[in-house]
Amino acid sequence: MSNKITTAGNTGKKVRSDCFITLELRNSGGIEIEQKSKVQVLYGDSNIELCKNILTFFGIENAKLELEDTGALPLVIAARLEAAIKELINADKEYLLDLIEENNYSSEREQFRFSRLYLPGNTPSMMLNAGIHEPNGIILDLEDSVAFNKKKEAQLLVRNALRGINFYGAERMVRINQLPKGLEDVKYLVPHNVHMLLVPKCEGADQIQELEQKIEEIKKDHQVTNPVYLMPIIESALGVERAFEIASASENVVALAIGLEDYTADLGAKRTNEAVESFYARTRIVNACKAARVQAIDSVFSDVGDMEALKENVKVSKGLGFEGMGCIHPRQIKVIHESFAPETDEIEKAKKVVNAFIDATERGLGVVSLGTKMIDPPVVKRAEKTIHLALSLGLIQENWRNEFLKEE
Amino acid sequence: MGQKYTNLVKNAVGRMVPTEVNGEKQVPFQGIGKYKPEGRKFGPKIASCADYPEDGNKQVASLKEALVKAGLKDGMTISTHHHFRNGDLLANQIFDIAKELGVKNLRWVPSASFPCHEHLIQYLEDGTIHHIEGSMNGPLGRFASYGKMKGMGVLRSHGGRYQAIQDGEVKIDITVIGAACADSFGNANGLYGPSASGLLGFALADSQYADKVIVVTDNMVPFPCSPWQIQGNHVDYTVEVDQVGVPEKIVSGTTQITKSPDRLLLAEMTAQLCLEAGIIKDGFSFQSGAGGTSLAVGDYFAKIMRKKNIKARFARGGSNKYLVSMLEEGLVDYILDGQTFDLKGVQSMADNPNHVWTSPFTSYNYHGKGNFAGLVDVVILGATEVDVNFNANVVTHSDGLMLHGIGGWQNCLFSKTVILPIPLFRDRIPVIMDEVTTICGPGELIDVIVTERGIAINPKRKDLIEALKDSDLPIKSIQELKQEAEKICGKPAKPEFEDELVAVIKWVDGTIIDAVKKVKL
Repeated sequence: MSNKITTAGNTGKKVRSDCFITLELRNSGGIEIEQKSKVQVLYGDSNIELCKNILTFFGIENAKLELEDTGALPLVIAARLEAAIKELINADKEYLLDLIEENNYSSEREQFRFSRLYLPGNTPSMMLNAGIHEPNGIILDLEDSVAFNKKKEAQLLVRNALRGINFYGAERMVRINQLPKGLEDVKYLVPHNVHMLLVPKCEGADQIQELEQKIEEIKKDHQVTNPVYLMPIIESALGVERAFEIASASENVVALAIGLEDYTADLGAKRTNEAVESFYARTRIVNACKAARVQAIDSVFSDVGDMEALKENVKVSKGLGFEGMGCIHPRQIKVIHESFAPETDEIEKAKKVVNAFIDATERGLGVVSLGTKMIDPPVVKRAEKTIHLALSLGLIQENWRNEFLKEE
Repeated sequence: MGQKYTNLVKNAVGRMVPTEVNGEKQVPFQGIGKYKPEGRKFGPKIASCADYPEDGNKQVASLKEALVKAGLKDGMTISTHHHFRNGDLLANQIFDIAKELGVKNLRWVPSASFPCHEHLIQYLEDGTIHHIEGSMNGPLGRFASYGKMKGMGVLRSHGGRYQAIQDGEVKIDITVIGAACADSFGNANGLYGPSASGLLGFALADSQYADKVIVVTDNMVPFPCSPWQIQGNHVDYTVEVDQVGVPEKIVSGTTQITKSPDRLLLAEMTAQLCLEAGIIKDGFSFQSGAGGTSLAVGDYFAKIMRKKNIKARFARGGSNKYLVSMLEEGLVDYILDGQTFDLKGVQSMADNPNHVWTSPFTSYNYHGKGNFAGLVDVVILGATEVDVNFNANVVTHSDGLMLHGIGGWQNCLFSKTVILPIPLFRDRIPVIMDEVTTICGPGELIDVIVTERGIAINPKRKDLIEALKDSDLPIKSIQELKQEAEKICGKPAKPEFEDELVAVIKWVDGTIIDAVKKVKL
């Protein structure tokens, strides 16, 4: 009888920060590990210790393991080995490394979502430094960027990334697979402080409700109390027609995004830079979003080399009422932020609101008002964010209020 | 093999270094500016016109004939230069000839070696070459790291090489200077011809001080070859060959601005820091190397200068199309160039009087009456490792392998502000550590480390700390950066070394700043 053997991970000339594992279960002979590592001298021993721990954790006593390492972090090696093991044996347990304390922050319904950076869910090298480019959100993608036969590996890698990679304050998003297949992804995400799930090719409220139910189950099992927000992506003619229904399907839906590649394919139209073919869909979605009080998020701009065209694109997008768009390259983030940045009149209005709020707080008033108009807390919150954003973009000074009061 | 030393002494940066290398007495590093040798420079032999052809034609039929006439024999010191970079065809030929003639125990003093010189490993093995003094890149470095070279490697900076030759620490018996253009008298330049590489500065010391000087070209022109970057009056023999270099490998492919978002971020942060620190101002000067990140820094400088209407007085090359376009746009008045990395640079040097060729003597030599590197306001450099005391390494990797030369790096540390933009880790290997594997530059000369996760300013630079105290840039302590790297990558194990030494690192004044140990196989 031949031994059970499998592989996991990536190998090849361009692969970095990853590993490729070949695992063979044996009937005897103990654990044999062969390692070929780019960082052999510095981390060879600790890699082997990690692998042994994982094999022991899953009760494997006899196996041959080949580890080809291109500088994978422990969380990557662990994901790869767990994937290989689960190909060979049935195991429900999960080998979890620490959820690092930096990853304990939460997100909010109202936060800015100008940029969200897509990262292929099975490519660790792109994940490590994604946060330093300061996108509003980071999307670990389990859908289109992951090959069909790598879906399971990617679930584990994304799970481990959510626990172990610091995204420096970016909203922690995952694009799950198209429903119903995407339901299988949820348990790898919800217990690990995922902030938002992106639901691709969404075509109806019932899909959202089914997903919500799954999320609730898992939240209960793992005592998760933070909300898990949803951003359905509309990528078909039917989805566009049902945009409002989808946007209002759950209180956890905070935004709708449009995916134009698939949408134009569904239309049978060519996707152009002028985007006339998707004008209807875009405006329809914006309108549905505003009606349902959720954010309208635009598609990605795929020419990563052309920053001028991107800038133009964002301007149009903002003009239509969109409040953010996707990025497929970190260099797009800054351009998108600058183009979605609040304009002077927005900032001036925010200054008034925030000032009124500070004023009211100082005077111990429970109600904030501007002139004769009462201001709702979400408006204050949003104004504060505008101010914060204007500050971080260098549009106003830290001491803006002194100036403001002088002018008043 | 490697060399066992019992007689090591601790130098001024706390490293144990030998007092004798390849049979020659050495001085341990004593601190910056502390070691001042007395006496006079090395004097080359007096020559007489009576011994040279009256018509000035020193051309011989072949490189072999030139080497034989120059008296090639056992134990000699042979020097070459890296103007043709990875396209060099000469060094390999020289030692092929030596092998053919049965000559042994040569000392090779290249100004730098490249992967194309892997061919020479066979001669290191069979004893044709005893050891290398000069940078050992890639395959040669790996070979030497495992202790397979018969003698000890000696690594010097470009300026240190000039200093060593001028001071007589290295006495060159025969130098072979490959030139893109030459006349039969020996005047030569790097400007014209299929192997154009811009200038021949690295060969200056050799032409002045070597016993025998051979100029080899594939573009022999009638006298005079002008301009004469190498003066024929120093030259013994000239040779014409079909090809001295492979043009497409001379202009290397690495001279493009990086497309990596992480590196662009590093470059952007570096430029922003220079702006906020007040370094970028009218009349300033800068040098940034040829790597993708350095090029990007130059590009960000240009953007800032355009926006703020600032002009630089000079930029030090390595030049390339990006720097040339800054010169042509009027953003810089002069390029003082040490080597040109692409044809645009070569062309500009030939055509533009403000694109000036320099040499390790003018730019880098520490035993001179000043040098240009010290006049530069800000220099952007790289490093394989930096430690918490800001000491930096450019020669070895964290696993101990010696894979890079020093180049002009040490010399550039004398610039007014030295900035190293480096990733916090590379493929899981932290770049900031408690102690660098090899000290190539003392921390007191290194001012700022820019990483994608934070910027550390040397506590000695109180002025910079003050200037940046209100900055939005992520300024952290170097300890914090180190911990951040280790948190992400895990604490690396220490590489194990043998007791034997395989090479020493010279400081710019000829003293030994560190020694490289043999790596365990």
